[in-house]
Amino acid sequence: MTDVKNLDDIFQAKIDAEQKIEPKDWMPDAYRKNLIRQISQHAHSEVVGMLPEGNWITRAPSLKRKAILLAKVQDEAGHGLYLYSAVETMGVSREQTIDDLLSGKAKYSSIFNYPTLTWADIGAIGWLVDGAAIMNQVMLCRTSYGPYARAMVRICKEESFHQRQGYEIMAVLAKGSPEQKEMAQDALNRWWWPSLMMFGPTDANSPHSAQSMKWKIKRQSNDELRQIFIDRTVQQAEVIGLTIPDPELKWNEETKHYDWGTIDWTEFNNVVAGNGPCNKERLAARNKAHNEGAWVREAAVAYAAKKAKRKAA
Amino acid sequence: MSENPNNWPLWEIFIQSKRGLEHKHVGSLHAADPQMAIENARDVYTRRQEGNSIWVVASQHVHASRPEDAESFYDPADDKAYRHPTFYTMPEGAKYI
Amino acid sequence: MSQNNALFTYTLRLADDLLILSQRLGEWCGHGPILEEDIALTNRALDHLGEARNLLTYAGQVEGKGRSEDNLAYLRMERQFTNVKLMEQPNGDYAHTMVRSFLFDAYHLPLMQALLKSSDEQLAAIAGKAVKEATYHLRASSEWIIRFGDGTEESHQRAQTALDDLWTYTGELFEIDPVLEEMTKAGIAPDITAIKESWSKTVDQVLAEATLKRPADAFMMTGGRKGLHSEHMGFILAEMQHVTRAYPGVEW
Repeated sequence: MTDVKNLDDIFQAKIDAEQKIEPKDWMPDAYRKNLIRQISQHAHSEVVGMLPEGNWITRAPSLKRKAILLAKVQDEAGHGLYLYSAVETMGVSREQTIDDLLSGKAKYSSIFNYPTLTWADIGAIGWLVDGAAIMNQVMLCRTSYGPYARAMVRICKEESFHQRQGYEIMAVLAKGSPEQKEMAQDALNRWWWPSLMMFGPTDANSPHSAQSMKWKIKRQSNDELRQIFIDRTVQQAEVIGLTIPDPELKWNEETKHYDWGTIDWTEFNNVVAGNGPCNKERLAARNKAHNEGAWVREAAVAYAAKKAKRKAA
Repeated sequence: MSENPNNWPLWEIFIQSKRGLEHKHVGSLHAADPQMAIENARDVYTRRQEGNSIWVVASQHVHASRPEDAESFYDPADDKAYRHPTFYTMPEGAKYI
Repeated sequence: MSQNNALFTYTLRLADDLLILSQRLGEWCGHGPILEEDIALTNRALDHLGEARNLLTYAGQVEGKGRSEDNLAYLRMERQFTNVKLMEQPNGDYAHTMVRSFLFDAYHLPLMQALLKSSDEQLAAIAGKAVKEATYHLRASSEWIIRFGDGTEESHQRAQTALDDLWTYTGELFEIDPVLEEMTKAGIAPDITAIKESWSKTVDQVLAEATLKRPADAFMMTGGRKGLHSEHMGFILAEMQHVTRAYPGVEW
């Protein structure tokens, strides 16, 4: 019998050799737990993320935008589905995972606890929120757990239009009427800082990060990804004539990066703790959909059982 | 862990992207019966014209080899290079071989 | 009424049914009974919306006053919408949503199949694409009706209630008026009685398998084609149009 220490070494050697871990492989309990937590949170974020955007499907200001938004929100449902499936490869059923969301035990990305107040928010979410998410997701295509990496490859392929459609909305608004431009700027003002918070705590305050990097679940640190995002987005804002709401933002010729202000971590912690503008509404909406769908799911199972029985008879 | 009997079972989905190609595993989903699994697969996994044909298999019917068998299963093929065409030396100038 | 006017009205009717149904189905996005079904329902909404857009664009061309799809969707008032009232009925529970779609799909598929032979090339081309989608829609909604009817006691009850509630709105799908008569005479619209026969046969077949009871043809609601809608319509439009109307004449 190989002892656990040895198994641990073999496992780490595999990771170091860039080999993927597959569901039936031995893995340290902490690795499994860490992954289940991270993938579930990711799945929940996709599904809860449908709510703020879905909020505007019936009000999209043109039929083209309505179709795009429908397709985009539908993609998020698909991404939630792929990720729940990845969790299921670790022996945790979708129902168990979803129960943790519905009971409020599991977390999801706090960004979705902010309200979508105007049409420009749909642009800002696509541009900034999906833009920030995709930084993480591209990194996760190389994550060490096979089913997670495969789900992410599919997700990244599909996501590629999400950020572009959002930026396009913002670009059109920014060169539209003064009211439209104001709407776009206001949305940028409200979504900028929460988007930066999406990358998580600073590296100095991120206790799980080191282990996640060692296991190659994560491959770049929160601060690294955040900085790349800022550098890219500032340039995009300039192109469409919008202003990033950070008076300290300044190009640093030495580092070749932008210097920028400070994130209000009190706000971040508050939203994470459940005190964001929409935490209660989001959970209530998910619970309502789940509860009201119970009889539908039940009917399908009952009918399938009857049909199978008749076929066997 | 006792599962709620009203949960839809899990299915593994295989999609053939073009006629003539193999069906490839693309992921999984839940459905109450095989017909629904095929239709859900159509809606979930072929939204971008990825598909030409769909196979669904109840996940509980998939049997897999064990990782700990990997050495005894696959390593014995290591030293049998003569199974590959590059193993053989062809006389200079011979064509179509 | 000139034939051009009639064609405009006829095309608009086809478009409005789909636009309003799609608008209703869009309300479900993110709130479906299970993720797989959320995705399926959104596909349905997208298909209807796509077809509605083609029809609206064509209606605008026929009219010849330079109205675009968005113009027609966002800048008409309740009295100018010509969809049947069935489409504007609230989503209710999933049984109401599926029964509403089923009753429409069973009409929409044979209609599109018949429109393939329309003397109007544009409508025939739009039908060509729609037939494939409509075939899938009818298949999927039929299966749900059967699952509900022959599923649990609760689902059976819910489906029967939905059917009883919505039946009164089905008469409108087959109403004959001067516009339709003219279009049928010109070979543009198919014979609606044949569509009704096909619809009726499908409904009977599916309800029988679902062990559901076909409601008796009692009083049938009317008015939608003339722009006389239910009170729901104003709210649907208020929601759908408010941003566009608040900022007139801009690009989105």
